[in-house]
Amino acid sequence: MLLNQFLLLSAVLFCIGVYGVLARKNGVLVLMSIELILNAVNINLVAFGALTDNVAGAVFALFTIAVAAAEVGIGLAIVLLIYRNRRSIDLSEIDLMKG
Amino acid sequence: MSLLAALSADADLYVAQNVFFAVIAVSMIYSAVRVVTTGNVVHAALWLVVVLAGVAAQFILLGSEFVAVTQVLVYIGAVVVLFLFGVMLTRASLGDDESVGDEKRGMAAVVGVLLFAVMAIALIDSFEDGRLVIETPQSVNAVSDAIFSQYIVAFEAVSVLLLAALIGAIVVARKD
Repeated sequence: MLLNQFLLLSAVLFCIGVYGVLARKNGVLVLMSIELILNAVNINLVAFGALTDNVAGAVFALFTIAVAAAEVGIGLAIVLLIYRNRRSIDLSEIDLMKG
Repeated sequence: MSLLAALSADADLYVAQNVFFAVIAVSMIYSAVRVVTTGNVVHAALWLVVVLAGVAAQFILLGSEFVAVTQVLVYIGAVVVLFLFGVMLTRASLGDDESVGDEKRGMAAVVGVLLFAVMAIALIDSFEDGRLVIETPQSVNAVSDAIFSQYIVAFEAVSVLLLAALIGAIVVARKD
């Protein structure tokens, strides 16, 4: 197998995730797009670990999974709080800190 | 005949793995596009499950079975359920995600395509001759040895981070 086939797949997933973060305005959907980006990173880490026959890639992928789980928990709590205060999770309406 | 001999002599050919990779990759990309374009939030979460399962399958292909199992347990088991709870608790948005406006969507698409073009050129330029030779799957022993010796400090830091995130989420979402 070529290394590049995994790297290009992860690049495609990453770009789809970036599109989702930029184009969506529902808070939960933006968090899902961030998950796509983090999974693209994980594919890269494991692929390079397999290339160099090193466990570091797998170990760092595990750390990324743990950090992503923490990020989703906090992110959904924030989205919930925004919903409770404003009855909407439309991110384009949240402009309190706009100058 | 010489081509056949060359093909059979090439141990890196992995026909079955490549077919498997192509099928999984196509379904992953289709599902990922559906995640970011579908109007229904619950459908987006279910399409996300397909992408995450595809990533787990790619980890199996790469010989990292422990990461694949963790992916299934943590992502498909926990994170997607968390997303579905988030969707349920913010019920006002269960219906369609009203259209964003074509201008913003177009700009986002341009950014995505340009980003992919840059990354594709860089990757093809840099790793054209990178070949993966996966003979034996990575042993869980080696991974756990590495985590609990070389990366013990990072492991403890991640443990504290998870605890802090847990407490932080409770504090942020508490009603009072």
